[in-house]
Amino acid sequence: MTVLLFIEQLLNSLQLGVTLFLMAAGLTLVFGIMNMVNLAHGSFYMIGAYLCATLIQHTGSLLLSVPLAILGAAAVGLVVELTTLRALYQRDHLDQVLATFGLILFFNELVKVLWGPGAILIDVPALLSGRVELIPGAPYPVYRLVVLAAGLAIAVFLWWLIARTRLGMLIRAGASNRTMVGALGVNIARLYSLVFALGCALAGFAGLMAGPIYGVEAGMGDAILIKTFVVIVIGGIGSIRGAFVAALIVGLVDTFGRILPVLLGLPAALAEMAIYLLMAGILFFKPAGLFPARG
Amino acid sequence: MFKTLLGAVGTAIIMGAAIVAPSQADAQNRIKIGLITTLSGPNAVLGREIVDGFALGVRHSDGRLGGIETEVVQGDDQFRPDTGRELAQRMVERDRVDIVTGVVFSNILLAVADPVLRARSNPFVISANAGPSEFAGADCNPNFFVASWPNDGTHEAAGQHAQNAGIRRVYLMAPNYPAGRDALAGFKRFFRGEVVGEVYTQLGQTDYAAELAALRAARPDATYIFYPGGMGVAYIRQYSQLGLIQQIPLIAPSFSADQTILPGVGEAALGVFASTFWSESLDNPANRRFVTDFEAAYNRIPSPYAAQAYDTARLIDSAVRAVNGNVANRDGLRAAIRAANFQSVRGPFRFNRNQFPIQNYYLTQIERDARGRLVMAMRGTIFENRGDAYVEQCRMPG
Repeated sequence: MTVLLFIEQLLNSLQLGVTLFLMAAGLTLVFGIMNMVNLAHGSFYMIGAYLCATLIQHTGSLLLSVPLAILGAAAVGLVVELTTLRALYQRDHLDQVLATFGLILFFNELVKVLWGPGAILIDVPALLSGRVELIPGAPYPVYRLVVLAAGLAIAVFLWWLIARTRLGMLIRAGASNRTMVGALGVNIARLYSLVFALGCALAGFAGLMAGPIYGVEAGMGDAILIKTFVVIVIGGIGSIRGAFVAALIVGLVDTFGRILPVLLGLPAALAEMAIYLLMAGILFFKPAGLFPARG
Repeated sequence: MFKTLLGAVGTAIIMGAAIVAPSQADAQNRIKIGLITTLSGPNAVLGREIVDGFALGVRHSDGRLGGIETEVVQGDDQFRPDTGRELAQRMVERDRVDIVTGVVFSNILLAVADPVLRARSNPFVISANAGPSEFAGADCNPNFFVASWPNDGTHEAAGQHAQNAGIRRVYLMAPNYPAGRDALAGFKRFFRGEVVGEVYTQLGQTDYAAELAALRAARPDATYIFYPGGMGVAYIRQYSQLGLIQQIPLIAPSFSADQTILPGVGEAALGVFASTFWSESLDNPANRRFVTDFEAAYNRIPSPYAAQAYDTARLIDSAVRAVNGNVANRDGLRAAIRAANFQSVRGPFRFNRNQFPIQNYYLTQIERDARGRLVMAMRGTIFENRGDAYVEQCRMPG
């Protein structure tokens, strides 16, 4: 592998990593704070992308559509939390898996009813659809750099939110000891709703950023959901910092796990196994993940 | 548990359609057709094309294929061979269908065909999509027809096109599953240049940044891919975003460049070459009528899947007419289907000895039509009257 190809692949892994982080941040908070396994997290990724595509079609403005789509994903999340998930917090994980798996099917079919079964299009403004020659001879899509930058900006924002605000303090407290936070008189129900909506907004944002690259279709969140679970398990459930580090590692291992078999002529199955081997290896040495949130 | 639930819903969905009161002359003659296709899951868009195309074909006979009462029993195989098999069993035993059609995927068709071809009522299978090589060769069967194409036909045509175009070094990519490997094998059967890369990616993968960087570094003259559905949308978008379409021509089978894909890819698809047995731009009277009426009825351009299903209905219409509506006369009906005396929307069409098509394959390129929509525009003919690679192994009984 030449140095230039290596650098290009580093960029690719970073971009995949931050997309995974946007997904993982919400999922790890919900899992860590509410002790809730939410398989439907990928559905909000899909909802964000579909809402954004439709809004752009009707308003023609990206700057207007993006925040509206994020709010929309959060609003749908809030409704789901209030109507469905609230009844599941006291149940065991298997019930939660079953119910949220049902939500995946529900949202996939709903999207097909509303938008049809085929893939739809998110148009990227011409300004963002060009290429820059960061690496000589290998023009890189501007849009992927925008995704990278936006993902990093969100990571900084989340760090500020968690480390510097009162809400963040409650979130941290909730992740390390849920019962105690409730006993101290914090309105747990409202905290849960807020955290869930925040997670859905992040997933929606990840979906609408990924849509122009990966395409927008029913079930688009299912594939990324699996990688997201790998990320939060590696990072330590409930830890935003862990999610960030693990997302970058998974992005790196997935990208190079796919490219090395191609270059070295190894079996393609290795690419599919790479991140799971990584997960197994990390769990062997650190069973609670890299940065366990709970003391 | 959800699967049982879906099964229950699927059963509930099975219903009759297109029942027209019989006239006095042919009150005793009626034909029942079992339409088993994929209507749920990620591939539901293909099933919808087949259902709509077939329905239009029936409507062009005023709801009466061959002039007799026509009933279409529809079932959703849910992309599962065992569900398809159950549906087929029920349709031949309880509904007593005369013909089973509509299956999208080869693995499901193999499961569906078995109970149909063994049924005592002697029904036929006319595939409107999948054309598995097993039935083209050693397992050919007098009651089994394919009205679409052999599975590797479009890929062979793409390989021949690459050969014709003087392409020396080609890069091949497909998902890592049997159809992906068959596709690239079909391409290589007719391409005699150098294969500088043959990469199999995960089924369902949508990020190709890593693979495309390696592809660019390999400097091929052209790329051939087989990525159906959402994978095709993602691949073509990313290929175009890297600016590769202008440098390294992208060749695809119609499955990766038709109307089930193009709306999701958008203008990133401009310039992609596609090999196909049919295109919405193909100029013949039957096709003009089909495309116009399909757009009027469903408000979208038809895909090849819809065209195949439409042709299947028109084929059945011609055969039923030839036996004067006496579909119980199975030998007569079989001979009439074999004769294929109908105007196919794809141009010349006849059945080979193995009852797979002999037809043309065309080269198309994605461009905008007069109304600015993306279509497969005609660029020439790759194969004329092409059959398949397996007919020699077919010992057709009877």
